[in-house]
Amino acid sequence: MDMAYAGTKAGVARRKRVTAGRHMAPYLFISPWILGFLFFTLGPLMFSLTMSFYDWPVVGERTFVGLDNYRSMFTEDPQFWESLWITVKFAAIYVPFNIVMSFLLALMLHHVTFASGFFRTAFYLPSVISGVALVTIWSWIYSKEYGLLNFMLSLVGIDGPNWLGDPNLAIVAIIIASLWGLGGTMLILLTGLKAIPKELYEAATVSGVPGWAQMLFITLPMLGPMLIFTFITSIISAFQQLTIALLLTKGGPLGSTYFFAMYIYDNAFKYFDMGYAAAGSWVMFVIVLALSLLVMRWSAAWVYYEGEIRQTDGERNA
Amino acid sequence: MRKTFLYSALILASALFIAPFYWTFMTAIKSSAELYQFPPVFWPSEWHFENFAAAWNKQPFGTYLSNSVIVVVLSTVGQLLSSSLVAFGFARFRFPGRDALFILLLATMMIPWDVKMIPLYMEFNMLGWINTLKPLIVPAYFADAFFVFLLRQYIMTVPMEIDEAARMDGANSFDIYWRIHLPLMMPALVLVGTFHFMNAWNDYLGPLIYLNDQSKYTLTLGLSMFKGLHEVDVTSIAAITVILCLPPLVLFFLAQRYIMDGAVGSSVKG
Repeated sequence: MDMAYAGTKAGVARRKRVTAGRHMAPYLFISPWILGFLFFTLGPLMFSLTMSFYDWPVVGERTFVGLDNYRSMFTEDPQFWESLWITVKFAAIYVPFNIVMSFLLALMLHHVTFASGFFRTAFYLPSVISGVALVTIWSWIYSKEYGLLNFMLSLVGIDGPNWLGDPNLAIVAIIIASLWGLGGTMLILLTGLKAIPKELYEAATVSGVPGWAQMLFITLPMLGPMLIFTFITSIISAFQQLTIALLLTKGGPLGSTYFFAMYIYDNAFKYFDMGYAAAGSWVMFVIVLALSLLVMRWSAAWVYYEGEIRQTDGERNA
Repeated sequence: MRKTFLYSALILASALFIAPFYWTFMTAIKSSAELYQFPPVFWPSEWHFENFAAAWNKQPFGTYLSNSVIVVVLSTVGQLLSSSLVAFGFARFRFPGRDALFILLLATMMIPWDVKMIPLYMEFNMLGWINTLKPLIVPAYFADAFFVFLLRQYIMTVPMEIDEAARMDGANSFDIYWRIHLPLMMPALVLVGTFHFMNAWNDYLGPLIYLNDQSKYTLTLGLSMFKGLHEVDVTSIAAITVILCLPPLVLFFLAQRYIMDGAVGSSVKG
């Protein structure tokens, strides 16, 4: 098309303009994300790291205190360790349950055809309306006198406990309420199951591989990337657990559901000690990052990624 | 035999997931006499639908609703535009630094919300946005990593020849995005829109942190204001809970097919 222009000054200039436009275009398209990353991610991240080295009240003088926030958090603040321990306990129970139960439900859904839409919707329903409404519903289920749960227990002759008033049971109550929202995880695993080529199972069945071995050697490895993804996102959401505890128990009774995220939240928005809260949030960041890397490292040994070129044994020995 | 067991297990499990909703709805329409009856009333003798109106009028829920609608509509529009633009950029161009930037984008999904919470509050404070709806709307115009990832997967399934043919006809990159890819990725956009709608509609912490003035409250904050009184006003809480659940529920029913197809599609093609 541009043949007539070729070699002329105007042609060169025009081609340059066009190429410059072509070069800029991709950056223009992704510019919303780049700006957002700078203003809503990188900036805040650097800002909070800086804040964590300061005594930073919302109003008034800021003073550089170096590592003092971290030092007093680790050595002088029992609430830090307590809330961290509660969060770790919560995550240690919530994460495996979330994945195993989601996996079992996804597996069952994968094998039904009749009314599958209904079941899918039923399991996903609580995720659709999560948040305040969800917590409100649970606060009655757990109510000592009028609660649905204790009524059910009374039918089988059990005198129901005070779920949200007992320090040992409140955290169980929060775990159950959180697990109610496993629909999202289930959906991810279900799509993963549907993506496994059927030929693998057909070939295995023809060769007489029993069902449990197909599960162990086909389903689990093929689902590996999805399992890892849900594993990591579950850890992240377990550590960020805040809304449910804030609304259901307010951290009580006796601080038994005072999660680490609530500890950060209180330091920032109740005691207005922004620097100290920022330091707490960085401790959380480091823990979550370390756990995620650990999971990825550990999973690399057994997860199969499609398209990945594996070393053969010969190369590994060489 | 195996099928019978499978369906029994599924029915039992789905009952566990649905029962609390049933209970909430029944609580909302009960008369105050049946509310505290023991054993509990599972099927009320009278249905008091006027409880909904009564609960609605106990707080300025009309104002809350309009605030929620403003936030949800404006932020959804922003999310759809920005995420699809960015996804198109990553899917259809080769440029220096693309792969590194894309990895960075995926990495941002791992940052706990808490780390950004405080500086974002300070940032919005400096901009004078505290106690306005802006912190709940504006960030949606700067693309969400998860949605970008999802839409990019979708765009990459469209043959490059379509773009090239359009370019031959004189279309520029923006035309190709706007007139070819945007219509083609409609199912994925429905998925993104639905997810974002649900997040924005259900968001509690954002409004809690950024809004002080009751006239700025969203519906979730209004509902949580009942919480302090929850032993006294169970009916109102249940009624507002039901109302709050309805829009995402209806939307999910309508978008369900798209959501399943879209989710399955992106993982198959991933």
